[in-house]
Amino acid sequence: MHETAFQIFVNALLANNFVLAMFLGLCPFLGVSGKLDTALPMGVATTFVMLVASLCAYGLNLLLTAFHLEFLRLISYIVIIASAVQLVEMVLKKYSPALFRALGIYLPLITTNCAVLGVALFQTAREYDFIQSMTFSLGGGAGFTLALVLMASVRERLQLSDVPSLAQGTALSLMLAGILSLSFMGFAGLGG
Amino acid sequence: MSDVSTTGHWDQFMEGIWRQNPVFVMVLGMCPTLAVTVSAVNAISMGVATTFVLACSCLLVSMMRNVVPKEVRIATYIVIIATFVTAVDYIIQAISLALYDALGAFIQLIVVNCIILGRAEAHASKNRPAVATYNALGMGVGFTIGLLALGSVREVLGAGTLFGVSLFGANFQPWVIMVLPPGGFFVLGAWLLFFAWHARRKERQLREAGQHA
Repeated sequence: MHETAFQIFVNALLANNFVLAMFLGLCPFLGVSGKLDTALPMGVATTFVMLVASLCAYGLNLLLTAFHLEFLRLISYIVIIASAVQLVEMVLKKYSPALFRALGIYLPLITTNCAVLGVALFQTAREYDFIQSMTFSLGGGAGFTLALVLMASVRERLQLSDVPSLAQGTALSLMLAGILSLSFMGFAGLGG
Repeated sequence: MSDVSTTGHWDQFMEGIWRQNPVFVMVLGMCPTLAVTVSAVNAISMGVATTFVLACSCLLVSMMRNVVPKEVRIATYIVIIATFVTAVDYIIQAISLALYDALGAFIQLIVVNCIILGRAEAHASKNRPAVATYNALGMGVGFTIGLLALGSVREVLGAGTLFGVSLFGANFQPWVIMVLPPGGFFVLGAWLLFFAWHARRKERQLREAGQHA
């Protein structure tokens, strides 16, 4: 791996956007993107969980490799992510109960967000070092937030427009995501 | 328990295939659905792997439903699922390295497939092992059918082949966008539109039949 930290960041943010190019974290992407007010905090919370998970996964991977316990990787990663989500949940509940209620069921569901586990798995598979892992998870989280916010802004406008009743709901969201994804393809090659 | 006949099991099995199809009706497990369906072969392998994990985890969850305390049930489910996924990961690696490379990280990401955790929590933790397994198998087959529907459309349009067999001869100009990420969104959106249209047409026919009667 000869990628610089900046290249990794740009790659994860735009060229290989987690949601629109790699299909990670689609459930919250389709579920929470109805309103801009919840989309942004959700993105930030997910980014935070990603950072913590990536940090822990990096340390844990060193430990597991040292003891030749690679087959435990998946199980221990998922336990770490579940704990990190629990932490975010407690912090949010204490400092912003309103936001905690607004995010509702989607907050504990960050545990089963493939984007979070994806960060941990990809950084292991690509053998990133510590700095690379951190920028990778930061870029991935920022990319997730960006996609979520873009989608939410468009969907807020769509509520006021006249859409054929057949296409309303998930089908429309998917078409929208397709168009967004199409435009993100324009960033291909940006990360070098 | 003798009153639960084979039709009961059959109903449990069919529920996942049509009425509650995880891909087209419940729109769950989107990440693997869209990511691996660039070809029909990938779609089927992913479907079979997920079905295996789903059935095994639901069986185990159902068997342990009276033993596991309520507070730690989600954590227990996840560990059970992760164990089976690790097994599948190694099995696929042993069977076909090419397939393993094609599916990539998405085999391990079966762990966070919402269908599995959703079934474990909503169905398997409340039912007897046999019923839970039938239901899980039905869901798995339904998921596989959904993946196949997506994968074959994308492969035919995007590469001009089906299961690797060329369909249109050398003059075919592939519609490359269909095997790229946006194509996944478009094809799934189109399928959902089709099912919405189908449901509406059936409803109208029923209503007209009611008026004539």
